[in-house]
Amino acid sequence: MRAVPIIALYALQEALRRRIFHVVLVLTALYLALYWLGADTAFEEVQRFEGGGLPVEEKELTGGTLFGLSMFGTLFLGAVLAAFLTLGVVRGDAERGLLQPLVVRPIGRSALLVGRFLGAAAVCVPYVFAVFTVCALITRAAGGWWPDQFLRPGAELAAGVLVIAVLGLLGSVFLSATANGIAIFMVFGAGLVAGLLGQIGEALDSDTLQTVAERTSWALPFEALYQDALYRITAESRGFTGLAIQLGPFGGSQSAGANLHLWVAAYFAAALGLTLAAFSRKDL
Amino acid sequence: MPPALAVHDVAKRYGRIEALKGVDLAVESGELVGLLGPNGAGKSTLVKIACGLIRASRGRAEICGAPAGSPSARAALGYLAELFRFPGWYSADEVLRLHQRLVASHGGQSERHELLELVGLAEAHRVRVDAMSKGMQQRLGIAQALVGSPQVLLLDEPTSALDPAGRRTVRALLEELRRRNIGVLLNSHLLSEIELVCDRVVILSHGAVVAAGTPGELSRPRGVEIETDRGFQHFANAGRDDVPALVENLVAEGRRVYGVRVLATSLEEEYLHAVGGDDA
Repeated sequence: MRAVPIIALYALQEALRRRIFHVVLVLTALYLALYWLGADTAFEEVQRFEGGGLPVEEKELTGGTLFGLSMFGTLFLGAVLAAFLTLGVVRGDAERGLLQPLVVRPIGRSALLVGRFLGAAAVCVPYVFAVFTVCALITRAAGGWWPDQFLRPGAELAAGVLVIAVLGLLGSVFLSATANGIAIFMVFGAGLVAGLLGQIGEALDSDTLQTVAERTSWALPFEALYQDALYRITAESRGFTGLAIQLGPFGGSQSAGANLHLWVAAYFAAALGLTLAAFSRKDL
Repeated sequence: MPPALAVHDVAKRYGRIEALKGVDLAVESGELVGLLGPNGAGKSTLVKIACGLIRASRGRAEICGAPAGSPSARAALGYLAELFRFPGWYSADEVLRLHQRLVASHGGQSERHELLELVGLAEAHRVRVDAMSKGMQQRLGIAQALVGSPQVLLLDEPTSALDPAGRRTVRALLEELRRRNIGVLLNSHLLSEIELVCDRVVILSHGAVVAAGTPGELSRPRGVEIETDRGFQHFANAGRDDVPALVENLVAEGRRVYGVRVLATSLEEEYLHAVGGDDA
């Protein structure tokens, strides 16, 4: 494991010097500018809104909904970054001839993979926290709203992105970079669909839809983490306001309970273990 | 002392395709062995098994007595892949520094400078890989393989992208490696290169060794050619030992002898003969 920090530093340097990272930074700046404009406008508009006779707290509803939306954007951008940093780690790099000079060194294949994962994590986690924090600050500046919980939802989003990164790493052992990229985004889309199904199931009071959504969310725990993070930003909202937020965009908020983090840790360990086992037996 | 590289009965199967069918091969320290064979003969597969990049279906490969792929085997090994690339944003010096860290080499700047000088890239140590020609990248690849003073070097087509001057540099480098007692397995299509530098040659075809020996052992006598005042005379069944008697007879017959050439098949001819001619 002596080589893990060397490979992690190599992966980090590679990530920061790749054009895709600069593209993500530009897109993030545009996204934040758009979010600022949207949040500012929404809070202004809602001040003129009388509530339609419904017992809602406009500022809380607007802030929670907007910030929930921004969390989806943050998760999506983090997933894009995680996917691009991991999709070609094994087969993609082997096909390009980048991997062989490293693998023949006396470092061990596990150290190589763990180092590559840590390099990706060192980019993705600060990125997700930074975007999450800036969005929270924008929401507060625009409408004076701040999430009920801050650190835990941010950590859950970052953990969700790490789950996507480890799935990308696993896929990279079996699939070419392009095929793996497509697979990661399909998996991400499946998680999103699960969230939407859950919302529809809740609105229609359909047990079947809710069960399907719940099981899919746990099979793809980045979605369960996202839903739990959504729940935590408005954990203290009650009544109609709380219900309206829960039915917000891109998957309703759901408290996952204490077992989620244990499940995510086990899922993560299993995915990483499977990746290491598959890579250790792979012909390059 | 175990050989630098020893391959015992190594076979590799990809589904129904048998890429290697039980190959035996050894490279001693300080020995340069050329690996020849047509495309698809199994040369790269054999080299990759020796590096630990591919697992053999049967048999074993050892580097300095350690199983191929084990940490101690990797520590003793330098490898240049047939298709390789370094990150374009690294300079030549940074590539070598990364590999120094990976092999825990304490050679520092002096090792990097020596290696770059050895491959003719001393002036280009700050040049980024993506600004290098293919030939420069290949030289850098050779320098990278030498980081940490390996005892065995496996070179897969090391001169394929080099111009004649670059090939001469690599030939000189290989001779220098022999002086340093490093065992080298050189996989190449360039028979002239192999013939010039290698101590022994192994020819693979369809996953099996079909010929092996020194370039001299592999060549067959083709007679003796003597230039006299009446032109060239060819003695098809004669060999080197027959030359004094042949010359003596010609002089006794009153011929003037200007030159004598003992003829033998070239490595190329032997190679084509061994692999079955046209499919090479």
